[in-house]
This record gives sequence, structure tokens and C-alpha cells, in this order.
Amino acid sequence: MQKNIMLFCMVLFSISAFSQEDLEEVKITKKQKGIKKSYTLTSNTSVITSKELLKAACCNLAESFETNPSIDVNFSDALTGTKQIKMLGLTSPYLMITEENIPSVRGASQAYGLSFTPGTWIESVQITKGAGSVINGYESISGQINTELLKPLNDIPFFLNVYGSTDSRFEVNTHFNKKLSDKWATSLFVHGNARVAKNDMNNDGFLDNPLGKQINVLNRYQYYNAESGLVSFINFRYMNDKKQTGEVDFDKDRDRGTTNHWGSEINTERFDVSTKIGYVFKDMPYQSIGFQNAFNSHNQNSYFGLNLYDIKQNSFYSNLIFNSIINNTMHKFTTGLNFSYDQYQEFVNTTDYSRIDNSVGAFFEYTYDNTDNFSLILGGRVDNHNRLGFFVTPRLHMRYNPWKDGVIRFSAGRGKRSANIFAENQQLFASSRTFSILDHSGKIYGLNPEIAWNYGISFSQKFKIFNKNAEAGFDFYRTDFQNQAVVDLMQSPQEVLFYNLKGSSFANSFQFEFNYELIHNLNLRTAYKYYDIQTDYLKGTFQRPLQAKHRFLGNLEYETQLSNGKQWKFDYTFNWSGKQQLPYTASNPVEDQFPDFSPSYAVMNMQVTRVLSPVFEVYAGGENIGNYKQQKAILGAEDPFGPNFDASVAYAPIFGQMYYAGLRFKIK
Amino acid sequence: MKHLILIAMITFLGFSAQAQTKKNKNLKYTTEVNGNCEQCKKRIEKAAFGVPGVKSASWDIGSHELTVILNEEKSSPADLNKAIAKVGHDTKEVKATDSDYANLHSCCKYDREK
Repeated sequence: MQKNIMLFCMVLFSISAFSQEDLEEVKITKKQKGIKKSYTLTSNTSVITSKELLKAACCNLAESFETNPSIDVNFSDALTGTKQIKMLGLTSPYLMITEENIPSVRGASQAYGLSFTPGTWIESVQITKGAGSVINGYESISGQINTELLKPLNDIPFFLNVYGSTDSRFEVNTHFNKKLSDKWATSLFVHGNARVAKNDMNNDGFLDNPLGKQINVLNRYQYYNAESGLVSFINFRYMNDKKQTGEVDFDKDRDRGTTNHWGSEINTERFDVSTKIGYVFKDMPYQSIGFQNAFNSHNQNSYFGLNLYDIKQNSFYSNLIFNSIINNTMHKFTTGLNFSYDQYQEFVNTTDYSRIDNSVGAFFEYTYDNTDNFSLILGGRVDNHNRLGFFVTPRLHMRYNPWKDGVIRFSAGRGKRSANIFAENQQLFASSRTFSILDHSGKIYGLNPEIAWNYGISFSQKFKIFNKNAEAGFDFYRTDFQNQAVVDLMQSPQEVLFYNLKGSSFANSFQFEFNYELIHNLNLRTAYKYYDIQTDYLKGTFQRPLQAKHRFLGNLEYETQLSNGKQWKFDYTFNWSGKQQLPYTASNPVEDQFPDFSPSYAVMNMQVTRVLSPVFEVYAGGENIGNYKQQKAILGAEDPFGPNFDASVAYAPIFGQMYYAGLRFKIK
Repeated sequence: MKHLILIAMITFLGFSAQAQTKKNKNLKYTTEVNGNCEQCKKRIEKAAFGVPGVKSASWDIGSHELTVILNEEKSSPADLNKAIAKVGHDTKEVKATDSDYANLHSCCKYDREK
């Protein structure tokens, strides 16, 4: 009898236990937003989710910011075919670009690095405006971009993406995933792209886009043990990228090193290994320790007409991080050590600029959060670098919510870096300019380190208009250079000068943003941006070349209600760019001159996606559907080995309209 | 059956005896706290952080569960319950005084269990 009662009791208990589990299983699925802005994070960070990434035509990290107001995407020059990005008006060398918090685009990879991460690999991107965190280093000046890749433990078994476009670019992405045990999982990503046909839409005899081939393979392993608190990632990656550009008639086997035809090849091979180990202390979820190590080898061999440029960088990066609290979780801190080693073998024509850079540093970052409406992050680091010397990097971020759905942020910080003047400005090799470094006493190509302070404030407010969600905000940032490796294109069209800043150089940026849900499922995103970026050059003070003072971005997205797994998605982006200062060319013959300022222009992109089922979707779209083209893309195109040749000035699209289509297939 | 009970009792006693001799620096303690809204959450967590030795505190609006990690050398779960009740929120262990309850903002006036 007793036994029976017990059994009965047990059954009863287990039922109630089950029903409880059932209750917990109820998930409220909220529609994912493309760009998420937090009102509780201390820094001015927006997160681009994988949904937003699908809006871009394609296909790599550099191209994934077209719909994002924080980042300006500039047009790829005819030479590299890569889109360069800017934040607060400063180019990517002034940003800290990390992949899963390991610095990724730096040194030799500065010019093309963003195009070496295929878009389908990306889980999300975090964009922080202004001085970033001290944890990853001292180099960031105007912002940080961190990319999180898909995690093997959450990934689907198979993914396929195929893409083709009218500029004859083709891409294939395949992902394979396998759960090795309940704690181990692995993913294999294989990416290939190629541009196979020569395009010359403006009939200047030069290719509008480089021919190219890229193979990119990533194999990663993830370990997660909830009981012991141990987590780990191991990544192996190999990339090989080949580009050819120049005159349509250029034959690399026949014409290389001759003046028959002007041509260029840029071949890059890269190998990466990175590991991460993290441990969360038992019974202390707020305390953890992490250890990251990364090794990579980046080897670029290239020539631009008769200019030769080779750079090989072997680097090692190591970061030990400890997180804990002081008394309670309102006071958190992060502290640790960094070590980095970079061995460069760099040759510009016959000059050898090979060198070794190394640095060791320690950081401490304190976070206060009153769990209500105020938080603060105060960080500092000390570093000892063989070229930059011994220096301190302070950073401060503050957040205050004065009322409901409103947030004010402030940030300030210092950044310091060595400018890799050749790697960062290698598009200038595609010109007849002679490269002159005017200073000789510094430790980096004769130049001193770049040092800048960045300050910013921002405000955002959410509210309702006609019962629909709206959001408005503005931010203002200023970057003040104490020293800068000035790249002077204002002196002469036959020269590029590099020298230490004499006088002042600053970048002011102002942004106003307004987002509104016009009707259900139809969202409007708009941003106006104003930039004032001035540098004292030898000849006087000018706006930084190829930077528009005024920019406007508009994005409309509409999606139908998901029914039976079927859905339509529409996306339209409008980008207007005001006039831009152009490099000085007035001393050239009239036919080889640019005006002082470029005309203003607008570019429109569109995309339609048809979701046919949860596992299959097709998409098609157009870029630059207004077919705007830069009038004169290359100066001195008739005489590429003459004194006036310059293919480095791209202020607008060179290739006109482009249409594309693709598909995505998943096995879940 | 008797054996089972005995074993269970001994184990239980053993545990509590151990707990008494060695105070846990990272005791995870969960209790039910009555409340309604985001404002209650802030008040409850703030009160919890005000107790010496409380290292982390989070109150869930849905389940009404307050989970803390506290250092038993500095305070006890009883101290925590008292502190929460002091700001007007009934816990499973300690009820708030009527006057403390009356001081709550109107949106936080949860239904009290009799």
C-alpha cells in the first residue's frame, strides 16, 4: 500500500514537473530587427544582425555596411575593386577591426582585409562609435567594428548560397556543420568567388572592376561544457585571393614589366590560426578568465604598372583577460595583458622597409552600473612598443537615461598607432606619383606615431507618432590629431608626400538619424551626416580629399507577413553624397585635370527576396540602378606610363548599374 | 523503507551540519518576492545590493524569483529578506509592514497574499 502511494505521488510529481517544463518551453518570438541599438549599453554601439546583412547584394564584410548610417561605404576604385569604409569621416586604419575580439584587419591587410570575410560567415557585427574599449588595444581612434562569426554549436548542418551578377562576379558559399559530441561541434565554411569577364563600361580602355579569384576556407571547433564552465574555440583558416586589373588589352604573361600595356596584379595568400579558452568560475557566474591567441601570416605580392609592392606580415597576438567584481555586480572590472609581435617584410620597388614591431601592454577597465539609469566605463592601459615607446591610453564612456526611452552618451579617449603608409595607400601606386617621405627622424618610415583624441556625445529618443514606433537621435564626434602621418595629394599631381603633421588636423562629424515604422512591416530609416575634416597641408588647409561634407542615407524595408513559411521582402536604399574635395590636378594639361570638387550624386540600390520555405529562398536586386557613373575615372588613360596617369581617384561608382541574383538553401 | 528515511535524514543532517561549520562565500539563494513591474525590479535589486555581501542580484518579473549570490560571512538570507521587505516588497519569508507597502509607487502596489 505504502509503495502504491509513493508511486502515485511520484507519478503526480513527475507530471507536474513535466507541465512546468512545458510552460517554460513557450517562447515569445519577437521579430528580429536588422540594426539593434541598445538603450542600456554604456558605449554608442549598434548591432547589425544577420538579417540586415542579407540586404546587401553581396557578399563580404566590406559590402555589408551599405544600409548602415554609422559607416560610410566609399566606392571601390577601379584598381582594387574593394569598397573602403569610413567612420566619423576617417578611413579604416583609424578603426579597430576585430573578429571575435581578435584584431583582424591591421597592418598589411588594411586595404583589402574587410573583403576577406565572406558575408555568409557572419553572425552579427557590433559597431561602436568613438573611442572604444581598451581591452583589445590602443589603436582605435574613431571606432570599433567587431564581427562575430557563426558558432558551430548553434549552426545548421548545411547551408548553400550561390550568387551571380551582371558584372560577371560569381560566388559560392557552402557551410557544413557537425556536432561531434554534446560538448564539441565543428563547422567548415568554404567560399569561392570569381570575376571572369572584362568590363569596360566607360570605354577608357581600362577595366572597371578587377578580374579576380578567391578561395577562402575556415574550419572552426567549439567546445562548451556547462558543468565545468569551460569554453573554447579553435579556428583554422586559409585564403588565397588573386586580382588582375589595368588595361583591357593587358596580358599578364606577355606585358608584365613592360610598357606595352598598363596592368596590375595583386595576389594575397593568408593563413590564420586562432584559439580561445574561457573559464567561468564555479558558483561565481560574474567571474571568468579568458586566454586568446592568434597567429597569422599575410603575404601580398603585387605590381602596379612598373611599381612593385610586396608585403608579408607574420603576426602573433595574445590576450589574457580576467573579469570579476568589486563587492557586487554594480562594480565590475576587466583586467589583463596583451602581447603582439609583427614581422614585416616589405619592399617598395627596390627599397626594403622590412622591420619587426612588438608590444606588451596591461589594461584595466572598471564598469559601474547603478542597475537603473546610469553607467560608466573607465579604462586605461599602459603599453611598451618598440617604435611607439612607452605610453598610456585612457578611455571613458558614460551613459545616462534622463527619462523613459531616452539615452545620453558621452565618450572620450586617446588612440595611438603607427601608420603603414604604403599598405594603407597602395591605390596610389596606380598612378605616376612619386612617393616622398619628407621626415626622417621618426621610427616608422621616418615618421612619428599618429596620436589622436576623440570626444563624442550622442542622444537618442524613442517615441510614438500615430501609434507607430519612431526613433530620433543625433551624435557629434570630434577627432583631434596631435600628430598624423599626413598623406598629401594637394601639392602636385605627380607626387604624394608623407610627413608629420605641422599645424592642426581634425575631423568633426555630426549625424542626425530618424527612423519610423510607416505602416506595419514598412520601416523607414534616414540619416543626414555632416563632416568637416580639415588638415593643414604644405600648401594650406584643405578638406580631406574624397570626403563629402554632406551625406544623406535613406532605407525603406518592407516584408509581408510570414505565411506557410513563405514571405516577400523588399529593400530600397538611397545614398546621396555631396561634393567632395579632389586631389590637386590644376597643374596638369586641361584634359588631365579634375575639378577642385566632384559633383554631388545619388546612388540607389534595390533588392527583392522571396522566401519559398524555411529552407529555401531566392533573391534578386540591383545596385546603382540610377546608373550614375564617374565622368572621368582615370587621368591620363591614353598614356598610362606618362606623367599624368592617375587611377586612384574614385569618388563615385565607375561601373554603372549592376544586377544580381542568388539563392540560399539550408538543411536544418 | 525505514532505512531509506534514515539515510535521507542522515544525509540531510550531514549537509546542514557541514553548512554550519563552513560558511559559503558564494551562496546562491533564490526566494520569491512579490512585485509587478520594471520599477519594482529596480527597487528590489537595489535593496538586495544594499545588503553587505550580496554580489549579484536579479529579480525576474515573470516568475517573481529573486536570485542572489551572497557571502554568508557578511550576511544571511534572513538579512536579505528583511531588507527587501523594508522597501515594501513581501518575500516568502518576511512580509513588509503596511506603511512600507503604502509608500510604494502606485504601479508597484502588487496584490498582497493574505
